[in-house]
Amino acid sequence: MEEVDVEPTTTPIPGFDSNQKHLGFVWGPGDILVYETIYKASGGSAGGCPFVHEVRKDEDIYSPILRKLFNESHHIFVGLQRIREDLPSKNKKPQFVSISKNYRSVIRACMEELQQVAGIPSLSTLKGFISMMSHLSLWCKQNFNIFCTLFVVCDPLAGSLVLHLLDWVRLHKADVDEKAREVLASESPAEHQAYWDVVISYVLQGRMDEARQVLVKQAALQPAARVMFKLLDNLLMKMPIFNPGETQTLTEFDVKWRHWREEVDHCLQDQSFASNRHLEDICKILVGDEDVLLEYKELLSTWYHFLVTRLLFSHPTVKPTELHYYAQSSMHMFLDTRSVPEPLDSILLAAFEFDIHQVIKDCSIALNNWWFVGHLTDLLDHCKLLQSHNLHFGSNLREFLLLEYASGLFTHHSLWQLAVDYFDHCPEFGRVYLELQIERVPLDTERKALKVIRICEQRQMTEQVRSICKIMAKKALRNNRLGSALSWSIRAKDAAFATLISERFLQDYCAKGTFSDLDLIDNLGPAMLLSDRLTFLGKYREFHRLYGEKRFSDAAKLLLSLMTAKIAPHSFWMTLLTDALPLLEQKEVIFSADQTHELMFCLEELTSGKSVPTPDRPMQVLGYTPPYPLSNVCFPFNLLIHCFIICSNLYSCLARG
Amino acid sequence: MDGINAKYVSKKISKTRWRPVSSSSLQQPDIFATGSWDNEDNSISIWSIGENGVSSMDDEFEGDPQLLCEYKHNGDVLDLQFLDQDRIVTASSTGAVTIFRHHHNSQTLSVSQLWERAHHYPCNNAPCTGVVCNSPEIVTVGEDGRIMLFRADQEGVLRTIEMADSSAIHAVTFLRTTEILTVNSIGQLKLWDFRQPGNEPSQILSLTGDRVPLHCVDRHPNQQHIVATGGQDGMLCIWDVRQGNMPISLMEAHTSEMWEVHFHPSNPGHLFSCSEDGSLLHWETSSNTDTPSLQGNRIKLLIISRSAIAPAGGNQSLINAWLTGDSSKGHLETTHMLPSQMLSVNSLDVLGQCLVCGTDGEAIYVNRYVPI
Repeated sequence: MEEVDVEPTTTPIPGFDSNQKHLGFVWGPGDILVYETIYKASGGSAGGCPFVHEVRKDEDIYSPILRKLFNESHHIFVGLQRIREDLPSKNKKPQFVSISKNYRSVIRACMEELQQVAGIPSLSTLKGFISMMSHLSLWCKQNFNIFCTLFVVCDPLAGSLVLHLLDWVRLHKADVDEKAREVLASESPAEHQAYWDVVISYVLQGRMDEARQVLVKQAALQPAARVMFKLLDNLLMKMPIFNPGETQTLTEFDVKWRHWREEVDHCLQDQSFASNRHLEDICKILVGDEDVLLEYKELLSTWYHFLVTRLLFSHPTVKPTELHYYAQSSMHMFLDTRSVPEPLDSILLAAFEFDIHQVIKDCSIALNNWWFVGHLTDLLDHCKLLQSHNLHFGSNLREFLLLEYASGLFTHHSLWQLAVDYFDHCPEFGRVYLELQIERVPLDTERKALKVIRICEQRQMTEQVRSICKIMAKKALRNNRLGSALSWSIRAKDAAFATLISERFLQDYCAKGTFSDLDLIDNLGPAMLLSDRLTFLGKYREFHRLYGEKRFSDAAKLLLSLMTAKIAPHSFWMTLLTDALPLLEQKEVIFSADQTHELMFCLEELTSGKSVPTPDRPMQVLGYTPPYPLSNVCFPFNLLIHCFIICSNLYSCLARG
Repeated sequence: MDGINAKYVSKKISKTRWRPVSSSSLQQPDIFATGSWDNEDNSISIWSIGENGVSSMDDEFEGDPQLLCEYKHNGDVLDLQFLDQDRIVTASSTGAVTIFRHHHNSQTLSVSQLWERAHHYPCNNAPCTGVVCNSPEIVTVGEDGRIMLFRADQEGVLRTIEMADSSAIHAVTFLRTTEILTVNSIGQLKLWDFRQPGNEPSQILSLTGDRVPLHCVDRHPNQQHIVATGGQDGMLCIWDVRQGNMPISLMEAHTSEMWEVHFHPSNPGHLFSCSEDGSLLHWETSSNTDTPSLQGNRIKLLIISRSAIAPAGGNQSLINAWLTGDSSKGHLETTHMLPSQMLSVNSLDVLGQCLVCGTDGEAIYVNRYVPI
């Protein structure tokens, strides 16, 4: 048996004592149903608990804000899949980078909204709880950025790495701007208690211009120390920042940077800032003094901020391959030796080591849904950064994660539509998953059914289309909507069901003497050929229409052909023969001699059969009142009358010659 | 695609409608209502794109719809219409028809009238699929094949046409004050006259042979005999109900179900349609053939069953551009109005220069500068 990576978590079921009772469970697609079993450990039978508990793995999916994330990222995902395979990789790279930027901006919007919601104090506890819940996954959503940066952008120019890292850190610690606004808006900014925090935070994030702007306030207040402020301002201004857009080479930058660094060092040794502790600290930060940096742990708040600041001031030209070394040491320096790094920390560390598989694995364990790993893996796979890593179950890693994510979406009453596109882009098992899931979408309205059918039709899933149409037909039949049921079974091309419904129509006709749903039956068109019984229904109705329009000879011809071509079911022949009576009794001759012969033949065939059904419908349907009370006469006599009338018709035919 | 605002709302949107503006004023609409579907809790919501309630003067947020109020709705909102300035009628998948009142002062919604199980089967509820208002009269249709006539402020049902259709009725529109037109799932248009007793339509139109379900219908705002329909195959059909059994023209438009079609209410040379394939089309008949517009695609006209016949009275200038659908002269231009988008556009509404539509991607798009 394989080892587990982490201990499984225990979910307590409220009101259930596991010492005394037993639980049973059933897997669902995204959640499990848990119930109490009757079986008892100590024998005897106790009344079972009437509750079935639904245990959900993923609560995030129900958060309205994260739903926006799901929808928007779906859009980006599909865009990514459409980047053509055959494009040369040179052209693809900018597209991938823009895709990863799109993901980032979506995440940023979602984050901002979450922060807004969390910031409103009058929030109900429930909402607060939800935002707490999503915080964990949010953490990683933020860090989507850094993974994208590290893995996708991955600029070979070493100098730009620090810039990307700085971008990422600024996103994390966006609260400094908020604080700065507050300070600057106060009456005397320089005396605000958070004043120095703001200045130093800016410096730590490498935002020198902002830091200088705030510093000016203090300088104005202390004219005596103007020289000192001027000096620091100068140092901050002159700090070289690598700009990959310019033609400057890395060596040139390095020379410039060393030069500046010496200047700062010089100032420190001169004790130029000795009279002001804050200014001296800033200066020490500029030379990357780790002890001073660690004094500002509060402002840095995380070890990776510490790492980035340290790189900025000590190793601005760090190469991606060296990153993990600094990362590890930064983490150890920043965290207490006693405290154990959290799982999220180790994920980041793995990311800095460019161990993609470790990152994905750790994220899968730490997060409660597959959004993050699914999209990340997909993006990396498109960038060809993921070695094809075939699993011993399912397909490859990308497909496995996407399938999990999409299956989760499918369990949602509303987000299931998004999942379809994810399944589409899982070449190996996507279709099977979709086929199994799509049939299980609850269908309340025809409109929803039509949407589901459209999804299936676009993917040539004929079997599923048929099954959904059949469900709808059954539903209509249960509600006594024969017309609707027939329409659905025609759409499903379900001959057996169409036959069944046609039977119902004929039965209704026999019982009531009129057809219902004429608008449908009169307009069957070629759909009539779906089943023999349906053809008969359509044709028989056509006979009625012809008769109603007094086109007797056409009607007679059709009636006869229904029997001779064996379209009519035998059980219905008696009715058809009875329908022939009023035609036979017309003043002019309608049936020719040949036709009358055929009619005789039909009658004979009917009587030779063992069980001859009685015509069980009223006779006045065609406006014909029989000369004899037919319903009262016994059956053979009934046939006799038929015989007689047909013979007399034959006679008149012959007489006219 | 300039001027289009997208807003994700965490609900699949089934219907969007502008609140009517008084016809005397020239102002643009600024309030619209939306209905959701397929959610555990569905709702109707009122949104504003105007200044009221929006403090931000940022250009970036201009026209970004702001939620004014929301109210729970039982079942999917299958149709939604403004009865007047402050009353909204909804059709529910539970078969209920509800009138909501929007209180402008407090920005709240309340239920002012409810007909539960207006549409139903013997045992179950039947979804009510469409509603149309001609204040105070309200006509609803449903999957149960019934047509119901209500009057706002009256509790009872004014008129029921049982078995109006053997299959589901999908949409309804008024032709005149006493005449309505319904479309059904076997491709028929049926005209009903409320002055006549009985349960028979006064006329049935259909495309012979085809049984393609129709999903939407709209009447030309000035010429009551012209209607546009759209159905499962995404075709746009223009009909003249006075003239026989065939559509005047049939145009290939969308690749999937057309869910809604609307003539522009004050400029009926323009028409808008949206579809399951995620597209929103702007159709334009240009009378001026000398200046062919550069953007947009020529539309393929499949059949022109008959060329336009001048209406009785013979005023040539009154010949409707939709009836002279002559593709050879490039009379018809279409433009896609949304960026490429995959999920269904379920509903649209256009009023003045403003257009709003809602999608299954849980987004609302507002365009305030429709080139009319």
